[in-house]
Amino acid sequence: MIRQITITVNGEEHTLQAEPRLLLVHLIREVLNLTGTHIGCDTTSCGACTILMDGKSVKSCTILAVQANGKSITTIEGISTEGQLNPLQEGFKENHGLHCGFCTPGMILRATELLANNPNPTEEEIRWGISGNLCRCTGYNNIVKAIQYASAKMRGEALPSTEPQFV
Amino acid sequence: MIPANFDYEAPSSIREAISLLEQYGDDAKILSGGHSLLPMMKLRLASPGCLIDINNITGLDYIKEEEGLVKIGALVRESDVEHSDILKKYFPIFSDVTKLIADPQVRNRATIAGNLAHGDAANDQPAVMLATRANIIITGPDGLRGVPIDEFFLGFYTTAIQQNEILTEIQIPIPPNGTGSAYHKLERKVGDYATVGVAVQLTLDNKGICTGIGIGLTNVNPVPLRAERSESALLGKPVNEATIAEAAKFAAEDCSPSSDLRGSEEYKRAMVGVLLKRMILRAAERAMA
Repeated sequence: MIRQITITVNGEEHTLQAEPRLLLVHLIREVLNLTGTHIGCDTTSCGACTILMDGKSVKSCTILAVQANGKSITTIEGISTEGQLNPLQEGFKENHGLHCGFCTPGMILRATELLANNPNPTEEEIRWGISGNLCRCTGYNNIVKAIQYASAKMRGEALPSTEPQFV
Repeated sequence: MIPANFDYEAPSSIREAISLLEQYGDDAKILSGGHSLLPMMKLRLASPGCLIDINNITGLDYIKEEEGLVKIGALVRESDVEHSDILKKYFPIFSDVTKLIADPQVRNRATIAGNLAHGDAANDQPAVMLATRANIIITGPDGLRGVPIDEFFLGFYTTAIQQNEILTEIQIPIPPNGTGSAYHKLERKVGDYATVGVAVQLTLDNKGICTGIGIGLTNVNPVPLRAERSESALLGKPVNEATIAEAAKFAAEDCSPSSDLRGSEEYKRAMVGVLLKRMILRAAERAMA
């Protein structure tokens, strides 16, 4: 039973045919060729496939493509404008918030909703906020700093130092 | 991983959803948050012939106060429960429990009603519903019926919901002044099922006597368990070291945990006692605040 669905991805509307069992992440990667959304665990644990659906961060490996009918999706490809890094991307770059980069798109999309709901989170709120995203490289400290950097930049405050702290 | 083939229906009313359930029979499953069902389908542990997606039914995402009850609709997400002002006002236990359910992205999709309808004793909300003495509203072809939470969980993945029915509302009695509640679970890592979880709701009068008590246990029994002897050990008595110790001892004796990767049976019984003591104290502290 093929279904017709209409979804908006990064501002662009698509009308597509989908089998009900097609997962949203497969639609994004293999039909729309937006391969910035990654598949890590494929079991709703790692968060590499995190996208925004109507502004809420969700794991696209555990949503059917047909469930996204009529929804607006944002992927990592859709968050910068005119080739300029957005504050979160800049934060990850300046603070070495990534090594291999596999978790980064999911981390950034998750942090986008976190900062939309809570523009000035504490370190603890950031750590709970990204508890559904696994990173096996950084040990998370620089990811937390990257989100703090973006938070400060988006609020127009002085940017925290990006120099490594030796203790 | 890709699920086996299935038909997909997206009705726009409960009535339509129920007639689809009758049409497809045992082959149909209701899809709400889908964060238990879809992982099972991807692993081919479940392969329903038809999914009836209720997410397009409007008017089911309310949390409201009415007739001395808080009423929660079938499509309320765990993240809505986490941030609800009404629930924060009467039930601090929901802030405790939602923070420990999976992770933020999962809570954005998963529903509290689905958490109950799944009928898994490892889920956290069933114990909270036992502690707060919820009533479950189920809609079928002949209308609504209410099922007290103590009659809702029948066995492994089995609840009082019949094949042609849908869980449409959760009703929780608003407790009197002087009530506090608390939940905690031991988990190996964020998002894991509980090694042991304990939910307590407790009412104290102005002399410190316990006049109301509900205790639910997570993942230490084939079905979510009410710790009845522990409740009797506290009801009508002062909450002190002796009564708390007795309640903890009874809960540890009355549960039936199984040894697994999360711990031995002996360890889990011991932790039920430890967590119950802590949750009684936290609930009592909140009751007096």
